[in-house]
Amino acid sequence: MSEFFSNPAVTWTLLTTGGILLVVIWVLLSLAFLLLADRKIWAGVQMRKGPNVVGPFGLLQSFADFFKFVLKEIIIPAGADKVVFILAPLLSLVLAFVGWAAIPFAPGWVVSNLNVGILYLLAMSSLGVYGIIMGGWASNSKYPFLGALRSAAQMVSYEVSIGLIIITVILLAGSMNLTTIVEAQSGWFWNWNVFGGGLRNLVLLPVMVIAMGMFYISALAETNRPPFDLPEAESELVAGYQVEYSSTPYLLFMVAEYSNIVLMCAMISVLFFGGWNPGFPTDFLVSWGWWGNFFLALVFFAKICFWFFMIAMAKAIVPRYRYDQLMRLGWKVFLPTSLVLVVLVAAWRVFGPGA
Amino acid sequence: MQAIAFYLLAFVTLAAGILVVSARNPVHSVLFLITAFFSAAGLFVLLGAEFLAMLLIVVYVGAVAVLFLFVVMMLDVDFEELRKGFAQYLPIGGLVAGVLTLEMIFVAATVANNGKAGQNANPMASPEGVSNTEAIGRVLYTDYAFFFQLAGLVLLVAMIGAIVLTLRHKPGVRRQNIADQVARSPKTGMELVQIKPGEGISE
Repeated sequence: MSEFFSNPAVTWTLLTTGGILLVVIWVLLSLAFLLLADRKIWAGVQMRKGPNVVGPFGLLQSFADFFKFVLKEIIIPAGADKVVFILAPLLSLVLAFVGWAAIPFAPGWVVSNLNVGILYLLAMSSLGVYGIIMGGWASNSKYPFLGALRSAAQMVSYEVSIGLIIITVILLAGSMNLTTIVEAQSGWFWNWNVFGGGLRNLVLLPVMVIAMGMFYISALAETNRPPFDLPEAESELVAGYQVEYSSTPYLLFMVAEYSNIVLMCAMISVLFFGGWNPGFPTDFLVSWGWWGNFFLALVFFAKICFWFFMIAMAKAIVPRYRYDQLMRLGWKVFLPTSLVLVVLVAAWRVFGPGA
Repeated sequence: MQAIAFYLLAFVTLAAGILVVSARNPVHSVLFLITAFFSAAGLFVLLGAEFLAMLLIVVYVGAVAVLFLFVVMMLDVDFEELRKGFAQYLPIGGLVAGVLTLEMIFVAATVANNGKAGQNANPMASPEGVSNTEAIGRVLYTDYAFFFQLAGLVLLVAMIGAIVLTLRHKPGVRRQNIADQVARSPKTGMELVQIKPGEGISE
């Protein structure tokens, strides 16, 4: 038995599987409470109380919803393409969770320390559109199909600006490895990429603040959140691509959507706000050992929560865009602006004092 | 481990490729095409070309194939109509397929004779400690900078061509001009009129 466990391949497999399980459970548990927080924040803005019946302060509301979804009957429309219809929510969920593999939670706490981690994240978030398109098409119904087409065009458009903004961060950090990007922002908070990545680059502050703002807005569009929730605009398309979905498949779509949102929050934190770095030198953590890592992971989680709060507030206070305005913003405003930002950052890196 | 992964990915790629041409429903064909792309990206990763693999997914799977799917979903395909033309197009289709098969056989035979793919085209070993991305970047922006820029220009020309061919400004269509809307102020948008009781406004 001990021989079996000392085999490096077996150890590696067990460790990786354990890591994956830990991350998935952590994400699912946080989602349950972040979903509640989302509803509470929304309610608070509208001066309502929000869910407050199940458990103290409604804390168990998400679990009650979970059981309600799971216990209902799955209805598959007669005209639907059954395989694709069921495959779509599964694909959405898988793609929403694989992205977490590259996110570094604390020094060394990452499932897969990819060299091209940032590209991997971009690739996985761009694949997310397939779940929506397949779901909308397989429903064999007009409104879901319209929603699917809208989301296809929307997500492809905003990926372009997200990709270009990510390039500015890659230029600052000089690496596509997410751990390296986070480590490059260690120390005081002015080393964070949103401040240009260090006092020497403080000139880049306006550039990176604009980049961060655009990334935030593009993240809203990429995850189909209000004000860009046109794929499921309830006033026009009933519920968009989800109209025909019920019970567990619908739950999978919803969990995937929220997982994507939290992943985007994690991406903003990693790319612009120093990931696990609390904003001051962390040399004192060396003596803490394992608890030091735990503290840094908590800092990272706090940043994710902050950005989730920002996204929830955007849902509460911003009216929905019209589709032509959405396209105009993506192609005529964000694309040229982000191109200029890339040129500015690249020029600073080549001709600036740090070159 | 690597061998299992290779055979799995290769099998999925080939099976998806066959299903692309044999699937009845064109939307299913495109979905299988995407599967083929995706497992091809997996093969790239096995080769150690992780940068190319990610680009394949971001560009082809994430953008090009989405538009493919977009178009194919909106097509109204009549299968009876398609089958009618089968005999008519068989000779030319068979000819193209035959030429391609012959070419592939020649290539495979040459590779088998030489022992490995192209003796003169040895892949460049990347220097120690240089990542895949950096190695590609160094070659692309130094030795092949001209070709790289040229390829970009060709794409730009194609894009502008497509826009020129499809862009039509119909007269009489009212478009939103955001600058005009923002520039509107109470002074330009509003008029205060003093009206005496019982008179009304004359234009």
